[in-house]
Amino acid sequence: MNFSAVRAIYLFELARTWRTLFQSIASPVLSTALYFVVFGSAIGSRMQPIDGVPYGAFIVPGLILLAVLTESVSNASFGIYLPRFTGTIYEILSAPISAFEVLLGFVGAAATKSVLLGLIIFVTARLFVSFELVHPLWSLCFLVLISVTFALFGFILGLWADGFEKLQIIPLMVISPLTFLGGTFYSIDMLPPLWRDVALFNPIVYLVDGFRWAFYGVAAVGPAISLALTLTMLAVCIGLVVAIFKTGYRLRT
Amino acid sequence: MDNVLSVENLTKTYATGFAALKGVDLSIRRGEIFALLGPNGAGKTTLIGIVCGLVRASGGKVTVDGFDIAVDYRSARKKIGLVPQELATNMFETVWNTTVFSRGLFGKKANPAYVEKVLRDLSLWDKKDANIRALSGGMKRRVLIAKALAHEPEILFLDEPTAGVDVELRRDMWEMVRKLRESGVTIILTTHYIEEAEDMADRIGVIDKGEIILVEEKHALMRRLGQTRVCVSLTQKLDAIPEGLFDLPLTLSPDGKSLSFTQMGESAGHDGSKDASLARLLKNLIAQGVDFASVQSSQSSLEDIFIDLVGKSR
Ligand SMILES: Nc1ncnc2c1ncn2[C@@H]1O[C@H](COP(=O)(O)OP(=O)(O)O)[C@@H](O)[C@H]1O
Ligand SMILES: [Mg+2]
Repeated sequence: MNFSAVRAIYLFELARTWRTLFQSIASPVLSTALYFVVFGSAIGSRMQPIDGVPYGAFIVPGLILLAVLTESVSNASFGIYLPRFTGTIYEILSAPISAFEVLLGFVGAAATKSVLLGLIIFVTARLFVSFELVHPLWSLCFLVLISVTFALFGFILGLWADGFEKLQIIPLMVISPLTFLGGTFYSIDMLPPLWRDVALFNPIVYLVDGFRWAFYGVAAVGPAISLALTLTMLAVCIGLVVAIFKTGYRLRT
Repeated sequence: MDNVLSVENLTKTYATGFAALKGVDLSIRRGEIFALLGPNGAGKTTLIGIVCGLVRASGGKVTVDGFDIAVDYRSARKKIGLVPQELATNMFETVWNTTVFSRGLFGKKANPAYVEKVLRDLSLWDKKDANIRALSGGMKRRVLIAKALAHEPEILFLDEPTAGVDVELRRDMWEMVRKLRESGVTIILTTHYIEEAEDMADRIGVIDKGEIILVEEKHALMRRLGQTRVCVSLTQKLDAIPEGLFDLPLTLSPDGKSLSFTQMGESAGHDGSKDASLARLLKNLIAQGVDFASVQSSQSSLEDIFIDLVGKSR
């Protein structure tokens, strides 16, 4: 195991966050704060509690995921796309490191950032609304699993993309709408039956639901299904990455 | 002979179906400077790419100091430093950080003293905290060299190191290459500045259209293929080669106004044989009352040889 290489990539990627601090941390925190002001305080004060959870608190897990999902994907995808684009990938390809170590460095760094971001938003949310975690360890566990899964997905996206537009389109046009519709601002039980069934095809529903269960102990679909789906997504992403490295897809001609 | 790199029957066909390497065999000796010459598109970068792990071979075998690049890729790659043809740098990093990063990537323990030495040798020390994007093209190339040397490689690949590089950097670079060789590093460079190969290399390989068409010691190559040509322009027309000069391989030009002879081999330019023949020719001409206007002597360069070789293979 070439730990020093993993460390080098990991630290390099984290350093990139510091250089783009505003983009990586400040801007998601700011937009989340705006959501709290608008939905949490202004509108939320007129909403009924959902499943016994005050509305302001109800939206916290979904809002954390909204930021975590998009940032995991865009961080990891940029992390690997940028060296491909600038050509500096040559150094990584010529270094004595395995595909797994490359992955550990890039995805590890992206996931770390997302977890930190999630925690920062959590703390920010706590400034606006008060709530207590029912399952703090499960909350952390979901946060880490989801960050890693979506960072892996982002890594795959960064390998597949052949332009900056594609990098931005997926988080912006796919992840973020699915998260909005995925029960961040409502419980899917509040939807008419037909739309509830449609919503169940949105994988992010399960993530938000599981994460909210870890926060408040209430769930529409249940934590076991959420966990199973998260792990399945993780496994699929790992499988894809393994296949990519085996074939050298988009890395080695 | 102690080979540090051996390439056997290496082939590469790109996804486009283009065969960039067609069964290349090549052995590089430990500690030599090897120049790989070839026109654009010959397959030089592809060959280097395969050895360094950037390109997947379609067939054949490469061993680096005995380690198969496909099996023991870690051991193989640790020994190699690569300065790529394209200027690819992390724009937003400092010179120091990017060099330290390279060292870490190759699994070497941090050694600030060594990194400092590399940067000093490349005149990058006063730029160590500069952002790479603020550097000139030449400086960026120096950074790439520093990165390649950061992990103390035993084999250094320089792919077209002096293409588009200013005179000063070129001089520094050759200075560095010489020093590296003295310290035992094997250097493989590609170039189409033939005079560089002529100045620097111990051995020269010529590649064209994915095939190695020649590998030889530079001196042997010059001797074998190089030739010296002497041409004497006469003030008056001759009908035939004067008697007494028959033992020299002289030819009279069709217009009868110049005499010339050609001697094979590099030695002709160094020991006295050409000059002796020339002296005899001139003495004879004077003795026979043949006046001459000028004497020209030219030695064929590696460039002529190269053009000759590549031309023939077409
Ligand atoms: N990724 C690629 N896909 C298809 N053809 C390629 C690729 N890379 C290089 N080639 C072709 O392979 C040939 C050899 O290229 P290269 O090794 O870069 O030559 P050189 O370095 O000697 O100029 C060229 O004709 C080039 O067009
Ligand atoms: Mg080239």
